[in-house]
Amino acid sequence: MTVTADPTATTERQADKVTPEIEAEIDEIISHYPVSKRSASLPLLHYWQNHFGYVDDSGIEWIAAKLELQPINILELVTFYPWFRRQAAGKTIIRVCRTLACAMAGSYEVREKFCKAVGLDPHEEHHGFGCAPPTTKDGKFSVEFVECLASCGSAPVALINDTLYENITPESVPGIVEKLK
Amino acid sequence: MTATAKPFVMPAPHPKERRIIFGNLSIPGYDPSIDTYLKHGGYESLKKALTMKPSEIVDAVKASNLRGRGGAGFPCGAKWSFIKYDDGKPHYIVVNGDESEPGTFKDRYILHYDPHQLIEGLVIAAYATNTHLCYIYIRCEFPEAAKIVWNAIKEARARGFVGKNVCGSGFDVDIYVHQGAGAYICGEETSLLESLEGKRPYPRIKPPYFPAVLGLYMKPTIVNNVETICHVKHIIRLGPEEYAKMGTPGDGGTRTMCVSGDVMKPGFYELPAGAVTLGELIYDVCGGLKPGRKLKAVIPGGSSAKVLRAGEKFKIKVKGPDGQMVDKEIDVLDVVMDASSLAAVGTMVGSGGVMVMDDSREMVWALNNLNQFYAHESCGQCTPCREGSLWMSKITTRMLKGGAVENDPKMLKSVADNIAGRTVCAFGEACSWPTQSFLTKFPEEFEALATGQKS
Repeated sequence: MTVTADPTATTERQADKVTPEIEAEIDEIISHYPVSKRSASLPLLHYWQNHFGYVDDSGIEWIAAKLELQPINILELVTFYPWFRRQAAGKTIIRVCRTLACAMAGSYEVREKFCKAVGLDPHEEHHGFGCAPPTTKDGKFSVEFVECLASCGSAPVALINDTLYENITPESVPGIVEKLK
Repeated sequence: MTATAKPFVMPAPHPKERRIIFGNLSIPGYDPSIDTYLKHGGYESLKKALTMKPSEIVDAVKASNLRGRGGAGFPCGAKWSFIKYDDGKPHYIVVNGDESEPGTFKDRYILHYDPHQLIEGLVIAAYATNTHLCYIYIRCEFPEAAKIVWNAIKEARARGFVGKNVCGSGFDVDIYVHQGAGAYICGEETSLLESLEGKRPYPRIKPPYFPAVLGLYMKPTIVNNVETICHVKHIIRLGPEEYAKMGTPGDGGTRTMCVSGDVMKPGFYELPAGAVTLGELIYDVCGGLKPGRKLKAVIPGGSSAKVLRAGEKFKIKVKGPDGQMVDKEIDVLDVVMDASSLAAVGTMVGSGGVMVMDDSREMVWALNNLNQFYAHESCGQCTPCREGSLWMSKITTRMLKGGAVENDPKMLKSVADNIAGRTVCAFGEACSWPTQSFLTKFPEEFEALATGQKS
């Protein structure tokens, strides 16, 4: 049986791009866990995702081999933890807090405004763990709801890449997005 | 590049506040660098602790009546004393910085703005329990905090407060930061340990897996909340008696109450444990409700704590003038905000996250929001919780969309009743208590939707 190659499939493997410098940094991370290398699996996934944008099959295999584990030991983490994804997300990821205090302060409206400001359909669904959140076609923005960001006193809040934005009003959203463009 | 968080200015303290943990943050221009910390008496408590016997430190923590600030409220000294100092096994301390209980936002400020306080407390704790390897588990939604704490550890290492031969005492300790990956369940201590071991964070069953016996790498381990570890420094600094005096018997020191929702001045307030009643907290400390609004409901200790209804009355036992315990009826606003008083009225002080709701809020809507949270965060290990949390969320969502059926309130209760007590970890209780308590306290709102009396 022949399988027709998917014309959109990429043959690039993230693992082929691991340089000696990257490997040295990874070795340094592993040294934080003198008792069990396996403990480094979450930190390595973070490192990988920060560096490559997401984790592909070759990344899972590479990390597993590095830590002397089976690929499933890494894959089961990627499919469990909401933070990890197997597809590229936008360059700027806007994570709006959905939980009670933020919802009471209007986070549903804030999320909608963010979607509109970056050009996403607010009704587009997030397809669950592992998938990238809804992302603009130009790859610039992703917008998603996340659970409690632990800043309920300054609700509603959003984590935009590494920065927390507090007391967001629907009116302030276009201005925030404009600065991020 | 040194990581810094954006500037944060603590508002002036309320007269009832006593800032111990947030004392440094109240200093104008305070920054998280070690020089600033040292200028304000930093690492002096560690030097003092290193002159004490380890057992004296554990005894001091016991005498201080410090209870864990993460939610469960376990006496900290008792937890430490389960670790046998010289049992020949390696010990570990893991600081739980996976702050993610809805309504709670105190550790965020410690981690971002005063990381050395945490490190100092942690080194004292390590010295007291003969621990040479510690991890600070920080949720990945605090990316800046992880950088700031890493940087602080490096600074402390360069000055000899962490690493080999701490302050020339011959005691060695290593501290590393470990980042989570967006799962609320990792706040559960055994789940956090699984996560730290590089596995899916399925909680372990107790017994036998008490962290103090079979913790990280199956070795004796202490898991403490960020705020709890910070308190240790102040117990050494003030002495346990002075420290315990600030609180109530059995709940020593200060408690950080994080108030959110419909109050004029939401925020975190560090108050001596039991210093205020719920009414004083809302109407005095937090400036009351928004104009024209009436109080409807309060979740007093993080979203998992059972909700309280405005106007509720409780019969509690108090010491009468003749020393006998007598029944007394009190209003919900007169409930003292400490561990035992909140337990006496059927809820808990938990992690100190007080969520206030006024009469503009619909209770089914609020419950649905929490149900969606728990459905998303259930780890899926135990069937009652994995299925039940999802069904509770589906039912409340359906009710709000106009598809309620008459049996819904009963069905919700039945699902919730079949989760609590039937799971490996306390998430089962955490996800069923909101449903159970909202149904008990606000039955009319559920009935109205279920019987179609509300459009």
